[in-house]
Parts: sequence; C-alpha cells; structure tokens
Amino acid sequence: MTTSTAPDVISLREITKAFPGVVANDRISLDIVSGQVHCLLGENGAGKSTLISILAGMQQPDSGTIAINGAITPINSPKAAVDHGIGVVHQHSTLVPAFTVLENLMLGETGVMLGKKKAKERLDELSELLGAQIDPHAIAADLGLGQQQQVEIAKAIWKGSRLLILDEPTSMLTPQAIEHLGESIERVKAQGLAVVFITHKLREAYAMGDCVTVLRGGRNVGHISVEQLASYDEQQAQDAILSAMFGDDINTVSDEAAAELAGATESVRETRGIDLENRPVRLELSGVSSRGHGRDVEVDDVALQVHEGEILGIAGIDGHGQGALAEVAAGQRSTSSGIVRFDGQDVTRLGVRGRQQLGLRYVTDDRLHEGTVGSMSVALNLVVKRIGQRPFWKFGQIQRKAVDAEAARLIEEYGIRTPSSATRAGTLSGGNIQKILLARELTHGARLVIVNKPTYGLDLKTVHLVREILIDFAANGGSVLLLSTDLDELVELSHRIEIISSGRIVGSVTNDGPGTAEKVGHYMTGAIEGVH
Amino acid sequence: MRAEQSRGRAAVDGLVRSILPVILALIVAGLIILAMGSNPLDFFAGVWTYGITGTNWQRSLVLMAPLVIVAVGLIIAFRGQLWNLGYNGQYLLGAVVASGFGPYLFAALPAWLATIVIFLGALLVGAVWSLIPAILKARYGTNEIITSLVMSFIGVGIANLLIKGPFKDPSTPQPQTAVIPDDQLLPYIPGTAIHIGLLIAIVLAIVAQFVFTRTSFGLRMDIFGASPKAARHVGINSTWMVILLFALSSALIAFAGAVDVLGQYSYQRANWDPHYGDAVMPFVFLARLSPLAAIPLVAFYAVLATGGTLAAQQAGLNVDFLLVIVGLILIFMTITEYVGEKRRLGQSYLPPGLRRTLLRPFQGTPSPRASAQERVGEPIPPDTPVSESAPETAPATATDPAPAPEARTS
Repeated sequence: MTTSTAPDVISLREITKAFPGVVANDRISLDIVSGQVHCLLGENGAGKSTLISILAGMQQPDSGTIAINGAITPINSPKAAVDHGIGVVHQHSTLVPAFTVLENLMLGETGVMLGKKKAKERLDELSELLGAQIDPHAIAADLGLGQQQQVEIAKAIWKGSRLLILDEPTSMLTPQAIEHLGESIERVKAQGLAVVFITHKLREAYAMGDCVTVLRGGRNVGHISVEQLASYDEQQAQDAILSAMFGDDINTVSDEAAAELAGATESVRETRGIDLENRPVRLELSGVSSRGHGRDVEVDDVALQVHEGEILGIAGIDGHGQGALAEVAAGQRSTSSGIVRFDGQDVTRLGVRGRQQLGLRYVTDDRLHEGTVGSMSVALNLVVKRIGQRPFWKFGQIQRKAVDAEAARLIEEYGIRTPSSATRAGTLSGGNIQKILLARELTHGARLVIVNKPTYGLDLKTVHLVREILIDFAANGGSVLLLSTDLDELVELSHRIEIISSGRIVGSVTNDGPGTAEKVGHYMTGAIEGVH
Repeated sequence: MRAEQSRGRAAVDGLVRSILPVILALIVAGLIILAMGSNPLDFFAGVWTYGITGTNWQRSLVLMAPLVIVAVGLIIAFRGQLWNLGYNGQYLLGAVVASGFGPYLFAALPAWLATIVIFLGALLVGAVWSLIPAILKARYGTNEIITSLVMSFIGVGIANLLIKGPFKDPSTPQPQTAVIPDDQLLPYIPGTAIHIGLLIAIVLAIVAQFVFTRTSFGLRMDIFGASPKAARHVGINSTWMVILLFALSSALIAFAGAVDVLGQYSYQRANWDPHYGDAVMPFVFLARLSPLAAIPLVAFYAVLATGGTLAAQQAGLNVDFLLVIVGLILIFMTITEYVGEKRRLGQSYLPPGLRRTLLRPFQGTPSPRASAQERVGEPIPPDTPVSESAPETAPATATDPAPAPEARTS
C-alpha cells in the first residue's frame, strides 16, 4: 500500500503497439490517478485489451513510456507489473477450478513454505474491504461467477496494489451481480487505489466512472476529466461520449440506435409483437439430451418450442450448454434421448445436411474456425453447406460459374466487403465473416435459423446490421433461436426468453415490457449462485 | 489487373519456394563433399552421367513409378491433415503380396488376370492395414503419427517373416521369394525398358489432381484438412473421412510395392526396404500437396537417386549420402517457409526476443520509434479491410494452407 499523501499517478505517454496489419495502440497517452475510477470505453478492436496487456507487462509497447509518479518505469514482465502493484482481473476467469479459494490466491507466492495462516488473515482483510463473504476453503469451480470475480479481485490486489484493472468485468454478470461489483469498486477506490474499468457500455461508464477515456481505432479520441464529468448531467455526458465513440459515423446510424448500441439506455424490445397461439410451431424439442465427444456441458432433458415468426432467446452464462443446444438442434451433435421436430416432421435422425435442406440453419459462434474455412475463398465459403448440390456441382464436378454467380449475388445482397469473391475468407474482418455466415444460412429457403452469440466481438455498426437482419428475417415469417450471453441483445430481439443453466432450461420469461432483464437475471442468479 | 499481377507474383513466389531449398541443399551437399576430401563436381557430373545419359534416363524413370504412386498416397492423407507415417510397412506388405503370391498366381492364372488379382490384393492389404490407426484416430483421437509408425514396424516385421517363412523360395539358401519369370512381369512401354507402371503412376497422379481440385469430394477433403470443426459444421462425417483417407493412402502405397515387384524386381529379399516414403516426403511438401506438381520433383529425385548411387561410390562416399541431401532439402524447406511467411506478413525475420537481445549492444539508448517502424513493416494496403477485433482474431498466421513443417518432420 502506498503511504504518500499526494495521489499516485501512473502516466502513459505516446504508447504505440502495432501488430501485423493493424496498429492496435496509436500514441495513446493517459494518466491514471489513485482514488479514481478511470473508465476506458471503446468498441471491440479499439485497443483496450492491448493497452491493458501493456500495463500488465504481458506485451511490450513498440514505443512510448510508462511513468509511475514521474519516474519512467519499464514494465517488461507480468512480475514487474505485480511488483509495481498493478493487478488485472481478466474478462474470463483465470482461477484454477480444482483449487480452493485460498490456494488460488497463493498461486503467486514465492516462499518455500506456504504461509497459510498469513494468507487467511490477508483474505479476511480483503473480504472486509470488498464487502464480500468468501469461504477460503471453497473450491473455485463451485463458486458463482459473481463470487469468482470477487476472488479474482482479491487475487489482483493480493500483494497490496496501486492499480486495479478490470477488463469488461460486467460482461458475464447478472444485473444483480453488477450492482454488487459496483459497491466493491467503490470500497476499493475509497482505499486509495486507482481503478481502471474497461467496458463498452456507456451507462456503466457513467454510473461507475470518475473520468472517462474513449478509444477508437487505437487512438485516444476523447477524455472527459473528473471535473467535466461531475458537471455534466446524464444526457450531456452521454452526448459527449457518443460523439467521441462514433466520430463521424454517428450520421450513419441514428442517434437512438447509437445510444442503444453503446449501452446508454435500458434496452427494450424492438421486434413487433406476435400472437404466439395462432402461429404454428416450427421447431420443437421434447425431452432432448445430447451426447458429444467433447468435455463441454451437454443439454439435459430440454423441451422448447419456436413458433413461426418468433425470436426465442436463450439466456445463460457462457458455457452452460448453449453450444450443445445449438448443435443438437442443428444436427451436429447426436441426441441420446428425446425428439427433435421441425415443421411437425421428426428430424431426430437427420444430420446437418438433411436439416439444412429442410430450411433449418445454424450460425455458429466460432465463426473463424467452425463457420468458415479461412484458407478458402469467400465464394467457396458461401456454398460450403451445399457441396455436391446442383447447380454448383454437376456429376460431382464443381461449376465455377454458378458458384461465382451465387457468391456475387450474396456479396451484393449482404454488403460483404471483400476485394473479390476469390479472396481468402480468413483475411476478412470479423464483421464481414459474420455476414458470410448469415448470407449462407439465410439464403435458399431458410425457415429457422439458430444463431449463437451472433454479435460477439463485432463492431457496433455490424452489431446493428446483424440485429436488423434477424429482425427482418423473423418479420418475414422466419423463426430464430437466439442464444446469447448479452442480456441487452436478448431483451432487444426476443419475444420470449428461456434461461439455460448447466444444460437445463430453468425458466422462461415473456418479454413484454420493462423489467425483463431483472427477471431473467433472477433466474440466472437462482440457478447459478446456488440459493440452496 | 492488380489481382492478376499479384497472382503472377504468387506463382513465382511458390516456384521459388519449391526450388530454392533444393538448390541450397545441393550447394551445401557440395560443400560437405568438399570437406570430405572429394570433388563435388565429380559427384554431380556422376549423377548426370549415370542418371540421364545413354539409356540411364530409363532406369531413372523406372524408379519414378513407385515413387510417384507413394507420393500420391502420401498426398491423400496429408491433404486431410492425417499424418500417415506408416508408409514403409504399407509398401513392404504390398510388395510381399506380389512377390509371395505372384509365383503361385502366375502359375495358375493367365498373366493379366494374375496381375489384376495381385494389384487388388495389394490395395486391399494396404487398406486393411491402415484400419487400426484410422479407427483409433477417428474414435478416440489417438495421435496417428505414433500409431501408424508403430504399425509400420510391425508391417516390416511381418513382411520379413513371410519372406523367411511361407514365401521363401526353397531352391536358394537366401531368404528370398521365388523369382517371377520375365515374361509374366509388367510389359514395357514399346521401344524402351520402362515398364507400364510409370504410365499407371502418371494416370493416378492426374486423376488425383482432378479429384482434389474439381470434385465435391476434393473440397470436402480440403475442408476436413483445414478444420475438422468446420467439416462437422457443414455435415461431413469425420469418422468416415479419417478411415477413408487413411485406407486410400495406405492402399496406394501398398500398390506401389506391388507395382515395383511386378515391374522391376521380380522377387523380394528379406530385410530389403527402399524407404521410398522417407525420400519422397520432402518433395510432396515442396509440391504443396499437388500430385501433378510432385511429378517433376519426384523425377528430379529419381535421377539423383539412380545416378547418385554409382556417383557416390565413385566419389568415395557412402550411398546413404543421398539421404543426407534429402535431409538438407527438408531443413532448407523449413527455413524458406519461415522466411517466406515472415516476408509475406512483413515481419522481422528474427523472433522478437532474439532480435532485442541482438540489437541491445548497438543501442546506446533504445530508439523505440525505429524498431516500431521496422516491426510494422509494409504499410497496410488501403483496400485491405482491417480486422475489427485484431489482434485476437488477426487470422493471418492461422490460415496459411501449408501445414507447419515442424509437425511432420518430427
């Protein structure tokens, strides 16, 4: 802990870091002052994560300096970062699941003997500071995500910290857990630590931050100082941040859409209401359990119905069987029991290709390695689900003209930005790869599409576009099974939301008015945090 | 226009990457010969004399027949990213089918029918022999490099046992099979001493090339090779794919053995193993797993091997020196790939850590600006869409079609 009365300042000056093909950080300068929550805002790819890994000693900047209280201090290893009191809580858990809380916290200890007693005292101290109840002997895997995060924070400031960095800490949490996290941050701040809070949601930045820095395209494009932010009312702050975040792009999407994308406001449903009772059931799973070769969570006795024209959202913490549910519905994973019906027809025994031809489509979340073959051309990737079918193959031989014509049509229709249809798909940006997937799945008689995390990791404009495409598809009579970890997205798109936990459906919420997110959060909390 | 230009450049680049390692290997081999006190020019002149001049070119082409078939077999597996390293066992088992059953079959059946039966038998034995590694791989994800290699040792052992046991020619004290009479062997191409195995091999390569590049099966294979996950996503049965590719690969390699015995050797001795697969392997990769592109490279090796055997003896070198050259080609191929890849990405040729260490003594104060610029390399072309979520998803390194050479040489 620092004892000086003057606030500690960590100054980054002209930090530049380039990777092949992209400048991730371009001359970024900012000051991080103790006793303040410094919000870093920016969409995916703005350079937030790179900046953090530089601060954490995991990457070296190509140029630029980091100074602590005026003294230039190179941070050239994670150990150096820890020695300077910089602790990072990563977006995804870094706890060893099989270890106890205490063992996890002591991972970084260097002494010969384990000082368990001392460690326990330190944990008590930190529990009090965070306002959390942490059982030191609980196995990390048994903790809820909110609690795991508290342990991660304790681990980050274990050695007496100067700076606590939270990388998108709210992305996996329920609304209730986010509130709790906010309280903990307040307490940490009151102890005189500096906090860097990374988010892409504007309303969190406004609620939790003392000052805000906005990154876009690797540059620092806007800073709102402590005094400014204090003097703004919510609307002014929002406008200031929005204009920095979007720059000139603000004109391409409406103000409202921009605010919504930036998570400025509570989300509300955007899809038109439908009368479920009069709509035929398109996809029905009854008592379905899956069986895969991998180690991920399987679905267990799942029953659900998706109607014509309906968007059914599946909410849940990442890794709770969403992948299995999507694959078992798409025919990629075999069922061990239960029946899958599509338009009344039993398709349980049909494979991917059979279901694809019936109009049951699947946009996977792993768009780089599963959804596309990066080394193949955009054109081939667009017809890859129709291998061997006419008119693209005749007598087993590829008809390049037909393939190219289809590719040109889809590239045009979905606005896929590619130098040509012969370009290797892997060289395109994430947003354009997602457009390839959507184009491929939604064309040629699609009746239902399963989408898993359709906007994860995309830039805001593409996020907007993808959501529009899904809404249009449903409005024209298509059905959507939307699996997502983003509650805002689910609330915005779905007619109903079901909650999945450990491979089971644990609740269902009709999305008709405010408070849906809380209700969903309630089911998630009840199921996951283990209210026994 | 631009696209054409860059395509032309890519073709030149590919050609350079295929030929440069061979040239470098020959230069270094020359230096080694020099260091051993012989004249490298004598050696290379010998390769030319005994590999090409007179009717020697026909001997080279005879050697080429099994080599090309083995190459096609390897390419089938490697395109599916299945590392079939069991080629020695597969080859010898195929050869033993011909040399062991040949004398009996030719005695009982007309020559053409016996030949077909032997070929089918060799194909079948090869395919069946691959089932164990293939099923283990498809069902349990076992590493096929190890299982196929182990199966290869067993296959070599079985072939030797058969030659010393049931198939031994009782009329000689040597452990070898009975000699198949000349008039029963594969006919020569008219006007030459080259058996028609070479034509079979070339036709096989052409058919394979067509299947790989033009048919739906070829595309499925490529998808499976590029990403088993993507293959599952588009509805390809990966279990079936592994078994099929392994069976085809192994069957063809066994077939090469049968062709070699019926075309050239007419009998088989125990403990004989030409190691064709080892020799052909680097050329298969230099040809970028294209059967047609492999033909000239294999032809080069056939000349080197045919001429080199005598030339090495004349230059006072061991015959194993040929494998040294093959090894050198592999090493230079790895280096060329690495350098070429770095150049394509516009990166520094040295690993970043090593680079920093090397540069440190020359830098009084670190001048980070300069190094930053070097590392960024070429400017980003304006029409290349910049990956929105880089660096995490920067796909540049992950998507190169050429598999990492380290994996296969181990």
